Amino acid sequence: MVAPADIMGRQETAAPFAIELKGISKAFGPVQANKDINISVPKGTIHGIIGENGAGKSTLMSILYGFYKADSGQILVGGTLTPIPDSQSAIRAGIGMVFQHFKLVQNFTVLENIVLGAEDGALLNTSLGKARRILRELAQEYGLDVDPDALIEDLSVGHQQRVEILKALYRQADILILDEPTGVLTPDEADHLFRILRGLKDQGKTIILITHKLREIMEATDNVSVMRRGTMVATVKTRETSPEQLAELMVGRKVLLEVEKAPAVPGEVVLSVENLRVRDEHGVDRLKGISLDIRAGEILGIAGVAGNGQSDLLAALGGMIKATGRITLNGVDLPLSGAGADGQSRREAGIAHVPEDRHHHGLILDFTAWENVAFGYHNDPKYQKSALFMDNDALRADTEKKMATYDVRPPIATLAAKNFSGGNQQKIVVAREVEQNPDLLLIGQPTRGVDIGAIEFIHKQIVALRDAGKAILLVSVELDEIMSLSDRIAVMFDGQIMGLRDPATTDERELGMLMAGMDGKTAGEAA
Amino acid sequence: MDRLPRWADITLVPLVSLLFAAAISALVLLVIGQSPVEAFKVMVDGALGSPYGWGYTLYYATSFIFTGLAVTVAFHAGLFNIGGEGQAQLGGLGVALVCLSLPWPHWTVALIAATMGAALFGAAWAAIPAYLQAKRGSHIVITTIMFNYIAAALLVYVLVDVLRPTGQMDPASARFPAGAQLPALNDIPGFNLIFQRPVPANVTLLIALAMAVVVWALLWRTRLGYQIRAFGKSEAAAKYAGINPVRITIIAMLISGGLAGMMSINNVMGEAERLLQNSSEGAGFIGIAVALMGRNHPFGVVLAALLFGFLYQGGAELGLWTNIPIEMRIVVQGLVILFTGALDMMVRMMLERVFRLFRTTKALRAA
Repeated sequence: MVAPADIMGRQETAAPFAIELKGISKAFGPVQANKDINISVPKGTIHGIIGENGAGKSTLMSILYGFYKADSGQILVGGTLTPIPDSQSAIRAGIGMVFQHFKLVQNFTVLENIVLGAEDGALLNTSLGKARRILRELAQEYGLDVDPDALIEDLSVGHQQRVEILKALYRQADILILDEPTGVLTPDEADHLFRILRGLKDQGKTIILITHKLREIMEATDNVSVMRRGTMVATVKTRETSPEQLAELMVGRKVLLEVEKAPAVPGEVVLSVENLRVRDEHGVDRLKGISLDIRAGEILGIAGVAGNGQSDLLAALGGMIKATGRITLNGVDLPLSGAGADGQSRREAGIAHVPEDRHHHGLILDFTAWENVAFGYHNDPKYQKSALFMDNDALRADTEKKMATYDVRPPIATLAAKNFSGGNQQKIVVAREVEQNPDLLLIGQPTRGVDIGAIEFIHKQIVALRDAGKAILLVSVELDEIMSLSDRIAVMFDGQIMGLRDPATTDERELGMLMAGMDGKTAGEAA
Repeated sequence: MDRLPRWADITLVPLVSLLFAAAISALVLLVIGQSPVEAFKVMVDGALGSPYGWGYTLYYATSFIFTGLAVTVAFHAGLFNIGGEGQAQLGGLGVALVCLSLPWPHWTVALIAATMGAALFGAAWAAIPAYLQAKRGSHIVITTIMFNYIAAALLVYVLVDVLRPTGQMDPASARFPAGAQLPALNDIPGFNLIFQRPVPANVTLLIALAMAVVVWALLWRTRLGYQIRAFGKSEAAAKYAGINPVRITIIAMLISGGLAGMMSINNVMGEAERLLQNSSEGAGFIGIAVALMGRNHPFGVVLAALLFGFLYQGGAELGLWTNIPIEMRIVVQGLVILFTGALDMMVRMMLERVFRLFRTTKALRAA
């Protein structure tokens, strides 16, 4: 890496700031999402913004991109006062945004997507020609290689992200905002992204990187601003700080970044999976013969880039989708299709399931907390008053007890699930599933969109369940989480298990290679 | 955040919507050269001014409670049952078949049997669209609408070719035997102190009110209701929880169709005492508006049904006592449906703005 310090040092004094925010405040009703935010991003730097969920990062960037209007404060672009009432003005001011969830038309080509919304004139061909030329230049300049005629749906996630970046550059963005860009990438793709970002920086572009991953901040940024509860608590030079210090700034107290756990004492095999196959409604094979065993008292972590079959594995084991093959729980066969292959039967057999997507699966957002605590267990005898009626009072009391144990805030059982923060919603789901004392816990993305405090708590619960002699299947796209929680790691790629590793002897590099579909041998050669 | 308080959401929103509908109805009346004040007086007088008027208002309301509840149950399962009309007509057929099949000894026995017949036929008519939705994904809105037409055609056939007594000219069944005739409110001790003249409102009103309580208990107190509501809120989540979508879709539609069919004990058994063509007279469609306005809550449905009963009876009075064409009642009903159903969000947003203004001034004064 070229010495960024020198470049920055010069620019701090000479060049104006690319972006300055002065006294930005924004409230949603009684919630102060941003409180008097001041931030100055020097031109030609990569500036990280880090903070927990709900710290106000996204609100701040939405203000900068014209989605929200700040209640007060000023935005200066290149030293001049620039009001940004809508995203068109943001684009005119040279600000480009790459969203966490890509906004691409799946059945359009790369070229068509890039031109979309920036067509000049009535005829498409002229703008497509122009875009093709510019795209070629951009590709040479920044190493952003994408086939302009490929359909988006045929591209890998990493390439789709490049299209998003190209879209911004095509609109002549000088300032690029990336919102959680690595959530969907393999470590290798992430490295490639950071190389591209450094290239852009060297060409004088300014980059704002929003993330909650401390490692990426340390790796990729020049400066970092930390947000906590709507305020900007600190802006520091990255090379003068440490992950521990940043974590403490984010949370406001000392945090354990490592999970404390004793070595596993594996017992009998609880879950045995043989040649599990899933074909989706489009006829695509999602699982291509998965075989694995999980023993009592161990956590098997499934690593992999999102979309390589982990979700299908959880869904098939949880009884949500049909599959073929064979699964046994404590030696008893469980049906994979037809009668008995549903969530109710699985729960009765002793499998609890914390789904990956708590908004779509784990919770009914309009239901109250206590109604959600019964979700999936509404047939449980302990919640019935008679053959006909449910015992809502017992359910409410049970919910209040769980809320107290899991420190759910606010501890109001009659509040709708949608009114809890992400971390507290997840605690409700985890409480519901773990407190059933299952033989096997399926848990997907346990800490997605969850604040650091709650992460610590949820991790402790998972380890406690393991120590109580239960089997746990953990799926996460956060490699750190897999590495720190798992007793064994299986890596999934394209519906298959690429290999099993011991977390004590493997490293992110090796896992990253497996996640990209290269087996151990090729991984060795590439290294 | 900028949400309305609950009391305002429940009471103010429908009331303001009603005011809008009334205001525009008044404008329409002015345009055709009639006095809105006069019309309003005639409507209130005719529908609510005497026990006799109430007798009609409650009679209509009874039908609307059933069809409103039918839409409500389906709605909580995420299904829009537009087929209340057809299900009610088939329910009428069920009532007629039961009533004509035996020389019933007493109306209570006949009522129980006829209620079951009505519910069974209504449910059966809903079962086919429900099956098509659950198993084949055919949209329930489309299929239930189509089934309304099929029901109408089927009824004509049955009345003309099967149930019509020989020698009778009009397409209708024979008159029900005396043992299958329900007491009107003026025949019931206690009620006859109020209703001294014969009125069409009958014992079915009490069944309708009981069904409102049953539906409420079903939806919010039983496991089945819990599963219906969970499925209605999120099919994906229901699947995760192991709630069978096919089963819930079919059960919810059977209950819905059964409720719609049950309205026929009010009009067919309680009033006409024989099965006529088009006996339900659009009550199945009014049920949609009633459920919307009643916020898909059984108790709201009862209140909304009363309002629509008032509109129906008051509108009929307009045709009787004024030069205002009777079609005006359809205009008024249409406006009420438009404002309480379709433009509900508009009114809510307006009220939210007003409330925000209040809060800000209050905050400013406090500061």
